[in-house]
Amino acid sequence: MKTFNYHSAKDVKEASKLASSNSAFLAGGMTTIPSMKLGLASYKDIIDIKRIKKLTGIKVSGKTVTIGATTKHSEVASSKDVKKAIPSLAALAEGIGDPQVRNRGTIGGSIANNDPAADYPSACIALNATIHTNNRSIDAEKFFRGMFETCLKSTEVIEAIEFSIPEKSSYQKLPNPASRYAIIGVYVAKHKTGINVGVTGAKSCVYNDKDLAGALTKNFSSSAIDGVKISSSGMNSDIHASSDYRANMVKAFAKKAVDAC
Amino acid sequence: MASLVGSRVERKEDKRFLTGKGRYTSDINIANQTYAIFIRSPHARAKIKKVDTSKALKSSGVVDILTGEHIAQDKIGGLIAGWAIRSEDGSEMKCPANPPLAKDSVNFVGDPVAVVFAETLDEARAAAELVKVDYKVLKAVSNLGEAMKSEAIHDGIDKNLCYDWLLGDRQKVKDAFDKADKIIKLDIVNNRLIPNAMEPRACVIDYNTASEEITCYTTSQNPHLSRLIMSAFGGVAPENKLRVVAPDVGGGFGSKINLYNEEIVCSWASKKIERPIKWVAERTESFLTDTHGRDHITHAELAVTNDGKFLGFKNETIANLGAYARVFGTVTPTYLFGPCATGVYIMPAAYSNVKAVYTNTAPVDAYRGAGRPEATYTIERIVDKAAMELGMDPIEIRMKNFPTEFPFKQTLVHQIDSGDYVAGLNKAKEMADYDGFAARKKESESKGKLRGIGVTSYFEACGIAPSPVVMMLGCGVGLWESAEVRFNPTGQVTVYTGSHSHGQSHQTTFAQIAADELGVPIENIDVVHGDTDKGTFGMGTYGSRSLTVGGIAIVNACKKIVNKGKRIAAKMLEASPDEVDFKNGEFVVAKSNKKKTIGEVAFASYLPGVRDEVKSPLPEGDEPGLIESSFFDPANFSFPAGSHICEVEIDPETGHVKLDKYTAVDDFGTIVNPLIVEGQVHGGLAQGIGQALYENAQYDDSGQLITASYMDYTMPRADDLPDFNLGFTCTKATTNPLGVKGCGEAGTIAATPTVMNAVINALGGKEISLPATAEKVWKACKEMKKSNAKAA
Ligand SMILES: Cc1cc2nc3c(=O)[nH]c(=O)nc-3n(C[C@H](O)[C@H](O)[C@H](O)COP(=O)(O)OP(=O)(O)OC[C@H]3O[C@@H](n4cnc5c(N)ncnc54)[C@H](O)[C@@H]3O)c2cc1C
Repeated sequence: MKTFNYHSAKDVKEASKLASSNSAFLAGGMTTIPSMKLGLASYKDIIDIKRIKKLTGIKVSGKTVTIGATTKHSEVASSKDVKKAIPSLAALAEGIGDPQVRNRGTIGGSIANNDPAADYPSACIALNATIHTNNRSIDAEKFFRGMFETCLKSTEVIEAIEFSIPEKSSYQKLPNPASRYAIIGVYVAKHKTGINVGVTGAKSCVYNDKDLAGALTKNFSSSAIDGVKISSSGMNSDIHASSDYRANMVKAFAKKAVDAC
Repeated sequence: MASLVGSRVERKEDKRFLTGKGRYTSDINIANQTYAIFIRSPHARAKIKKVDTSKALKSSGVVDILTGEHIAQDKIGGLIAGWAIRSEDGSEMKCPANPPLAKDSVNFVGDPVAVVFAETLDEARAAAELVKVDYKVLKAVSNLGEAMKSEAIHDGIDKNLCYDWLLGDRQKVKDAFDKADKIIKLDIVNNRLIPNAMEPRACVIDYNTASEEITCYTTSQNPHLSRLIMSAFGGVAPENKLRVVAPDVGGGFGSKINLYNEEIVCSWASKKIERPIKWVAERTESFLTDTHGRDHITHAELAVTNDGKFLGFKNETIANLGAYARVFGTVTPTYLFGPCATGVYIMPAAYSNVKAVYTNTAPVDAYRGAGRPEATYTIERIVDKAAMELGMDPIEIRMKNFPTEFPFKQTLVHQIDSGDYVAGLNKAKEMADYDGFAARKKESESKGKLRGIGVTSYFEACGIAPSPVVMMLGCGVGLWESAEVRFNPTGQVTVYTGSHSHGQSHQTTFAQIAADELGVPIENIDVVHGDTDKGTFGMGTYGSRSLTVGGIAIVNACKKIVNKGKRIAAKMLEASPDEVDFKNGEFVVAKSNKKKTIGEVAFASYLPGVRDEVKSPLPEGDEPGLIESSFFDPANFSFPAGSHICEVEIDPETGHVKLDKYTAVDDFGTIVNPLIVEGQVHGGLAQGIGQALYENAQYDDSGQLITASYMDYTMPRADDLPDFNLGFTCTKATTNPLGVKGCGEAGTIAATPTVMNAVINALGGKEISLPATAEKVWKACKEMKKSNAKAA
């Protein structure tokens, strides 16, 4: 491993000040540390943000669920409040990786990393999330930019993610059999204001499938999806799933999600 | 005292393993040790133009850097194939040299080129990055099917062909096929697997500058063999100056049979640099350089009559050896595969023809089952296909072709001493509720799911023996096993075995056997293995041989102890040895109450002097002490067999295969410890199911391993597996005094075809290749739907 400076930030301000284009925040470390060990990434500064109390915890109001950035997947999965307000979100957290990963990995790290196969980004899209950072609030639709790319600046710290509580929702995932990341994951959420279908794993970046959402707006039933054509162009293809299979699975899992709503 | 053989004695090993107290090679640290990092080829095939270590040598903490040049200068030998196989035309197999560090060319990604020794691991890593190797990259031969048409990888090995081997009679097979009503044809690919032992390979070497002895702690299944090869072929040191210790080893599955480059290099280097050396593989190195398993392309044909009798069988296989031929690499696809390919059936004529070829991939060697899973997969898939084409029930067609009399002379080689295949399949059928399948299928269909059932009947030839036959077939050594049983003066017993436990629980099973033979409480018996300085030369553990060969050597050594004990007891009790009986740990003079315990006899054996009234207990001609050894060479292999049945449920929308029920009925002869045997079956099944549904090692065209981590190589997990429903039948082996047969590989052998037969049954007979991944199954479901629609 290459050498680096380790800092433990006492508050968000300090964390942000220490950050540069050659640093990483250390939340769960479930992405950063393996990448460094494999020589895929190296940083001058590692800024530990786990001690910043403000960044962790779950708050539920009448309309939204707000989750602190360093809240672990296991905490979201087992939270009674989340289970009550948005059961599909707790279920999503429960399906991430394995127990070791869930006991370390954080929601902020997950969305900052924006892995094309990560689960949380689809929740952000489907649940009209607002990403609160130390200097602004960003709509999920604008936050995710591309493969491993977000609109975050290098000194910007995610503080919390605020999800709108939908009328009904469900997240259905086809896990990669080896890693258990999403080969595809489809998050269907019905809000008073409209329907979102967040799709992860399928393309280089999470997206809201407008065709599926449109069909469901007319008729919220899985049969409404039958008629939707999903093109495989632009879809990922790897040893676990071809783009054609992925396209078909987006449809199959969208149906499952609607049925489970 | 009740017999311990047959009881569920809890594993002596559990306490240390479950509390994290196991002592593995990487737990060993030696004062002043250096750390080794190997520089490995990133290319599948290349010429080495130059290795420049100048910059790296100046890097902080570096003790030395050695390359293929140094190995060659010191005339250190390379890795070897343990079996010499001849081609059909009588010519000898062709094996390339496999130096421990490559000097001129590299032949797979991971092939080691140089090694750095440094004061710390980080310094070794940093220096390794500074070693510059200049390669001339050549076009890799990574595709097995095309290897024989590709450029030769090794000089002088035409078509990349190691051998073209035949077992059986082509003419007889032709005659049988001419008489057939129907020929069933099947093309299969037996997918390549990576063994994935939980503990990665490692070695710690300690060179003693005073005694000039090298101690090599290593992750081996057979430390004595490793020493032999390192000494006789590597020329690292004479055997008396080389001690190989394999302490706790966290799984091997065949991958730790071989002596590897790193052990030779570090043992040699430790003497050179006069420092201890520690090397521990990273997981990526395990993926790249542990020997892999399977990897066959097979075309098989079965000649049948209309009523389902088998007449003849052809097996044409291309087997991948990888870049080099290793210890069991050449025998796995021949004698361990070919003879077993006719399965548990009366097959009037058969042949197996195997072409073993080199490719620019990791060497392929024995992997749990070694050859027999490939054989069983071939025959059991084609038998199912035959049943389907003839409109017969899969159980009916099997029953029709089972032998009912034993010994059964199997078509190609084996004389199977005992078995009852009918009883096994009947029991499996009942336990699996085979007759209830139709109702369960309906129920699945009502939920939009497909359900399939799969049957497999298998036999296994394990505990390879006897040595004269083994050597005649081409093995470089005999496959007997040794044991020594030592009584301490105060009555505890140490059993030394030449076999090795890396998950098989010998400390428990072997202690049970010795406890029964000697009448000593099991707590007072220790089993020692894995150290060439402690026990006699032994052959190690693979091919389910430990109990059937090594265990019997222990029984025989114990019997010698009892015989000597009888003579001593007789003298002590003033009787003749014929009058002394031994039972439950006591020597008793017939028709009297005169007796001595075996502990008293052991004590006396060490005190043969005369003092006061005590007279020497030693009969004339007997030496002091109570220590006996034995070498056991069985008269034949052992032949476990059984029938497995499983059911899968498929979601046609996604192709997901759920393994719903799994029943295994096995005949392992006498079972010494059912708890341990069930554990062996469970693990074996998980690996066999892994091959059927998940595991698949894949190289791309340039010879890069694209499944070199757990992010891409799919292991079976606990939540993929149902509760296993296990049953046993028992016909005792007639070739050993305990009546035992091997059990370590059976699950792996039977599970793969059982699961695939079920998947293909669910798909209405549509063939798909291993492994049955969701996408493949989904595609097959789609095609099935289409053709059903057309038919309707
Ligand atoms: C074996 C394995 C399996 C996995 N399976 C899944 C899966 O099935 N589904 C899934 O979704 N994920 C999966 N993951 C990823 C995991 O869920 C983690 O959430 C993810 O790795 C990142 O979270 P982390 O807290 O570990 O972040 P870290 O590794 O600590 O950080 C990752 C990146 O995020 C940045 N970052 C972290 N926190 C903040 C913040 N508050 N503000 C700004 N930037 C920040 C860091 O600078 C860094 O660049 C898996 C990971 C592993 C190792």
